[in-house]
Amino acid sequence: MKIKAKMKRDMAVIKVLAKHPMETGLRKDKKTDKIIPAKFIKELVCKHGDKVVFHADFGRSVSKNPYVSFSFAGAQKGETVSMTWTDNTDETVTVEAPIK
Amino acid sequence: MQRRLLLKGLLGFTTMAAAMTAMPRLAMAKWSKAFDNETVDGALKDLYGSTALTKDDKITLKVPEIAENGAVVPVTVKTKMANVTNISILADKNPQPLAASFTLPEGTAAEVSIRIRLGETQVVKAIVEANGKLYTTEQEVKVTIGGCGG
Repeated sequence: MKIKAKMKRDMAVIKVLAKHPMETGLRKDKKTDKIIPAKFIKELVCKHGDKVVFHADFGRSVSKNPYVSFSFAGAQKGETVSMTWTDNTDETVTVEAPIK
Repeated sequence: MQRRLLLKGLLGFTTMAAAMTAMPRLAMAKWSKAFDNETVDGALKDLYGSTALTKDDKITLKVPEIAENGAVVPVTVKTKMANVTNISILADKNPQPLAASFTLPEGTAAEVSIRIRLGETQVVKAIVEANGKLYTTEQEVKVTIGGCGG
């Protein structure tokens, strides 16, 4: 997961690119003709300190390697944000990034 | 030395397993069945408990008019409305229309961007929840190559 966090006036602008196949469970493997099991991110949460500043729930219509951007107030340059995604197989990844 | 490593590994594993058993319930509670619903109205009902939408020009929905590749369609929703608590994006002809739902706590701007898949030419809807009411705007996106096929 790649995170870019940058202050723009009083808002912290966050851009996230999560590496994930986002399989819908509706697609078939062309060679074996078997359904590729669903594997998609269900939830993406951004925390600034202990505060949840952004909470996204995803369905199957979100593109492969999801990209999301948003911004929030109350952050300062040099602080960190942490992003966590959880997918439908309960795999979870957390990454921290400094706010520039 | 190896024994210590092994113990460390085991310890890490058990705490991780404990955390994992505690986590899904939390995650499940939040992720609603709305995402499995196969109709727009059904998804709205599951998500908000209501299908009463007011059209509003104060919502800006930025989507391409023509998407050459349905697998990656950039969508931006923003609004100047106050007290926005949730923004959701729906694609009415996808197998499950609800693409994403964003919960925005106080202090987070009512502007989000994401990339979604569109199986075919269809209408993309943005829903904004502000002051407990639902507002909407929509735009058609023409898709040249669908994004859901194998």
